[in-house]
Amino acid sequence: MVEALPAERLRAMLRTMLLIRAFEEKAEELYGAGLVHGTMHLSIGQEAVAVGICEALRPDDYILSTHRGHGHCLAKGADVRRMMAEFLGKETGYCRGRGGSMHIADLESGNLGANGIVAGGLPIAAGVGLSIQIRRTGQVCVAFFGDGAANEGAFHESLNLASIWELPVVFVCENNQYAMSMPVRQSMRVERIADRACAYGIPGRTVDGMDVLAVFAAAQEAVARARQGHGPTLLECVTYRYRGHSKSDRQRYRSREEVQRWRARDPIEQLRRLLESSGVFGGGEYERLVREVREQVEEAVRFAEASPEPDPAALLEAVYA
Amino acid sequence: MSRVLSYAEAVREALRQAMEEDPTVILLGEDIGTYGGAFGVTDGLLERFGPERVRDTPISEAAITGCSIGAALTGLRPVLEIQFMDFITLCMEQLVLQAAKIRYMFGGRAQVPLVVRTPAGAGTGAAAQHSESLEAWFVHVPGLKVVSPSTPRDAKGLLLASIRDPNPVIFVEHKLLYRTRGDVPEEPYEIPLGRGDVKREGRDVTVVATSGMVPRALAAAERLADEGISVEVVDPRTLRPLDTDTIIQSVQKTGRVVIVYEGVKTLGVGAEIAALIAESDALYYLQAPVVRLGGGGVPNTLQSAVGTGGSSAGRRHRPGRSAGTGRVRDECLDL
Repeated sequence: MVEALPAERLRAMLRTMLLIRAFEEKAEELYGAGLVHGTMHLSIGQEAVAVGICEALRPDDYILSTHRGHGHCLAKGADVRRMMAEFLGKETGYCRGRGGSMHIADLESGNLGANGIVAGGLPIAAGVGLSIQIRRTGQVCVAFFGDGAANEGAFHESLNLASIWELPVVFVCENNQYAMSMPVRQSMRVERIADRACAYGIPGRTVDGMDVLAVFAAAQEAVARARQGHGPTLLECVTYRYRGHSKSDRQRYRSREEVQRWRARDPIEQLRRLLESSGVFGGGEYERLVREVREQVEEAVRFAEASPEPDPAALLEAVYA
Repeated sequence: MSRVLSYAEAVREALRQAMEEDPTVILLGEDIGTYGGAFGVTDGLLERFGPERVRDTPISEAAITGCSIGAALTGLRPVLEIQFMDFITLCMEQLVLQAAKIRYMFGGRAQVPLVVRTPAGAGTGAAAQHSESLEAWFVHVPGLKVVSPSTPRDAKGLLLASIRDPNPVIFVEHKLLYRTRGDVPEEPYEIPLGRGDVKREGRDVTVVATSGMVPRALAAAERLADEGISVEVVDPRTLRPLDTDTIIQSVQKTGRVVIVYEGVKTLGVGAEIAALIAESDALYYLQAPVVRLGGGGVPNTLQSAVGTGGSSAGRRHRPGRSAGTGRVRDECLDL
């Protein structure tokens, strides 16, 4: 796999994973400092899914994201500064500060928005697929969702719709083991969420979501299938969130040992080791990348902090076009 | 040039003309293709425009609503038919939390030009789960527009305007109006959303009636004219945005108002209209308390109501039917 991808591309994938993590660690810090009103959902630990999937997409392809969507947004090509500004509720943010952490959309990069409703983006993704099919643009739409969404009616309706119309949609389930506190094992009988694909007559695949190259390979296949007009795929990426569901989570439903077991398989560390052992990375290169993304995030914070708050008088705008 | 069409034919003509002038207009819905729609509204459109633009969908109301939103977000103008307004309860998350909010949440950088057509109302004997008038629920949601035409002419012009509108529009058609007939211009035309219409001029009392209650109010006005009572009938036509000016002007002229609507009276459209009148200068012109005639606090039944001229209208229709009766005059209008 390393041989199949040029070194520059692997380096870029690692950099994006690091950038996502740096962004979210900074977000956590800003939240802790009382600079963010509300809550946030961190995807730390799940970076390989966002990056592996988006790496298989064209710039004009679409994604629909979730409440845990910072990683998807950055991986699809968002500007860190405008993201940070949105996170901090500033006028220069992607949504002029109206969306915040949970509703960042970057329409120019094809990110049609994160969604606060579990499975809320799945029917919309089917519609984006229909629009692509009718407009004959050859694009693909990825719908990200979590394991919890796989028990919503919208999941079943949307997969069926995309299947019967052969829509160019890739349904990407980030199975991070818990729907808030509900373990997957307690919420469904099937062994794998991907097993549900057979009910809709579409391919279903489960991949190691801590391995960015495995995710990328599976994504390439599913995206190619969608782009060729053969319809949707259900791709389950088995992963883990290191942090709680949101900021109010006391994590009574899992043990420290469990978290440690998953952290031992950290997606960033895995790729780093691979690049170093295969000689793609020389000494000090990883550390240089880490410094680079941290500085990029700091710069984004400076930009956001210097940006104006939305004018309260303008808060009634944009309800209607 | 205008000619006489039924309300259903007028809706169909608007759909056809919108699809002819704009290739991004597509239709989705359950049984709208081969079957022609549960009420026959889309009859012939599959043959005219083909299965890509006239899509029969599975019975998946949430998904087909979200699907329409996704298509609208990326360059199409979908017109979705929800077979009965009762079933729109299955679409609520997508309509209320997605369609209505996407534009605002994204800082005005997106738009959702979507129309959801849906037949509402009792009177067909279809009982409690096929007779709802839930328009007030949607009037309550910022980001949605709600349209409820009462004549074939209004239906066509308002539907064309709704399809060209860049916002999500809930377009409420009344089942009992589908066969009513009236003059409809042949060429495409728009009736702007948010402009009410005085359907009959009068001096003594204003009746603000919506949707299927408009023809009933007009009939009541006709009967009352024989008794020397001059009734002005105002049809808001669009419930959100609401043309309060037309209503207030009429109330200032007549000094009396009866608001007639089929949805449940409590917290219904009439409650809002009554409140708007009370908040305006029209309050000083009132010679009698505002009267609301709305649906009773009871699900619809199969039983036909008393004295409905043989129709199977359910209990919900009693208030509307009574709008121009002596009982209303004596008890409510203070005339």
